[in-house]
Amino acid sequence: MTEPFLRVKDLHVHFPTDDGVVKAVDGLTFDLEKGKTLGIVGESGSGKSVTSLAIMGLHRGTRAQLSGEVLLDNQDLLKVSDEELRGMRGRKMAMIFQDPLSAMHPYYTIGQQLTEAIQVHEKVAKASARTKVIDMLGRVGIPNPQRRVDQYPHEFSGGMRQRAMIAMALINDPELLIADEPTTALDVTVQAQILDLMRGLQDEFGSAIIMITHDLGVVAEIADDVLVMYGGKCVEYSGLDDAFHRPDHPYTWGLLTSMPRLDRVKSERLVPVAGNPPSLINVPPGCAFHPRCTFREFAGIDCAAAVPELAESYPDHLSRCHIAPAKRAELFTEQIAPKL
Amino acid sequence: MSLLEVTNLQKYFPTYEQKLLRRESDPIKAVDRLSFTLDSGETLGLVGESGCGKSTAGRTVLRLLNPTGGQIVFNGQDVTNIKGEALRKLRREVQMVFQDPYGSLNPRHPVGAIIAAPFEIQGIKPEGGVKRTVQELMERVGLNPEHYNRYPHEFSGGQRQRIGVARAIALKPKLIVCDEPVSALDVSIQAQVINLLEDLQEEQNLAYVFIAHDLSVVRHISDRVLVMYLGKMMEVADRDTLYERPMHPYTQALMSAVPVPEPRRNRERILLTGDLPSPQNPPSGCVFRTRCPIATERCAAEVPLPTELEPGHVVACHFPKVRDVL
Repeated sequence: MTEPFLRVKDLHVHFPTDDGVVKAVDGLTFDLEKGKTLGIVGESGSGKSVTSLAIMGLHRGTRAQLSGEVLLDNQDLLKVSDEELRGMRGRKMAMIFQDPLSAMHPYYTIGQQLTEAIQVHEKVAKASARTKVIDMLGRVGIPNPQRRVDQYPHEFSGGMRQRAMIAMALINDPELLIADEPTTALDVTVQAQILDLMRGLQDEFGSAIIMITHDLGVVAEIADDVLVMYGGKCVEYSGLDDAFHRPDHPYTWGLLTSMPRLDRVKSERLVPVAGNPPSLINVPPGCAFHPRCTFREFAGIDCAAAVPELAESYPDHLSRCHIAPAKRAELFTEQIAPKL
Repeated sequence: MSLLEVTNLQKYFPTYEQKLLRRESDPIKAVDRLSFTLDSGETLGLVGESGCGKSTAGRTVLRLLNPTGGQIVFNGQDVTNIKGEALRKLRREVQMVFQDPYGSLNPRHPVGAIIAAPFEIQGIKPEGGVKRTVQELMERVGLNPEHYNRYPHEFSGGQRQRIGVARAIALKPKLIVCDEPVSALDVSIQAQVINLLEDLQEEQNLAYVFIAHDLSVVRHISDRVLVMYLGKMMEVADRDTLYERPMHPYTQALMSAVPVPEPRRNRERILLTGDLPSPQNPPSGCVFRTRCPIATERCAAEVPLPTELEPGHVVACHFPKVRDVL
């Protein structure tokens, strides 16, 4: 069997603090093939951004303690030297951040920042790099790129800035693109343009994309696989259709029932997930979701006693829950599906 | 008679030349000739892209900003230009919930003092004392009344938004303007706050102006929805009419852009090209024409007037046509 393009295996990212160890990511495993998109969903503090920073090697030089494996093309990114990693960033893998204004340098023009991204990896003349930059800015839908290239980030609107950052991430044709909430700060009309753009570029370059978001609508639109995170752990991992048509974890149900829908009026009230997301220093014992779970009586055992294993409930569909899979399927059909 | 009647409301912000004499140049027309009504117990959703003037409209209605023109009638009283004591009295009736649960609470004041501030400012002594009333309010919005002496930083985002809601309902107002009250919250927490707002509305017959950019949330909570673009009203209708039979091309484009949590549902998407024009130099005629997929010469020459095409469904477009985009 050939290895997948990206394999994350039992990844842990822990931050020691004065108050205790923050277990931001606690045993995360997933695979991603080229040309495919993985959607990672979760609330703030679920560990989704920390995961992406770990893949990019951006925890290096901090107090973060990492363990596990991040295999990109059979090379363990947690073990390669800083020098090698620097050579891979941008070319092998690139990242789009949520807030383009803080991800760009305010003192340099868009053109200077993108040109630098090329020249770090290739020995090319400034003029030819500039041509490539202008071409790229045009491709991500920035009008008038010849003029725009010499402007500063503050002269761009939010949507344009996000495009410029996407251009910067794509300029070396990376094989893996990590997008951390790339459209959260944008209006829906601009969001639609950016999603179309990412899809188009994926078709063209066949890159693998990790899309980190809290918006299940965005996931439905762009992902092939869906991974739901809660309290630093994966609670459900499945294909796109399964994630929406037979979600199998009470937390995923909670996310789906608490969301209002655009295309139809739901039953009168939304069904929120009670309580608050857990603190990552004091993750509840056993299943991290049990204090907020309304179905734990069906487990038959004490959910606080042991951490449930990530187990297959359908083919290629994993979930982490103490309730028996058959019972969960029944609960979903009877209690959850009518509310969606 | 409606609780709130807004007619031709205008809010212009003056701008100045960046020269030595700093003469006044064209104003920014943040809100331009906006009209709507709102009944007690009703929710009006105000939607549009960032920069369309929806927040300015909400603030001007509350008289947090002074209108440049038009008329605001609240509860039968013209409040467009009231000042001093009369304005202070108005504030008992109209309140606001802000977007940022971090920025809208004073970090140096304990929660009890924050929620009690409206009583103090208005010189009202509630029956049973301030402390008890505040604790009742805290309990009502789902906070632990024992946390009376805690400071805002000790609460989570959702709890802070509850504090903001408790403060807004303290004086039993008739109207609350909610400016993106849930957009800073996680999905599961968002639903808690939406349900709270709905329960309070039912109990106290509150009217809401609900400003949001999330069209799904607006569909859930509103009775009627008003769509704005570049300071102007594009379309207003009751919720189901607007979502099922939108007639304005901007409303259609906006809705078609929202991703729906259902895989492989191939909806037609109306892509808007370009960015929002500057509200300082809005396009002639229809302000939306520069990005409109069906614009003609007439749209550049003539301003489309808001027209009631069916009962309660007002559209400002020369070529209105129903289109299902969901």
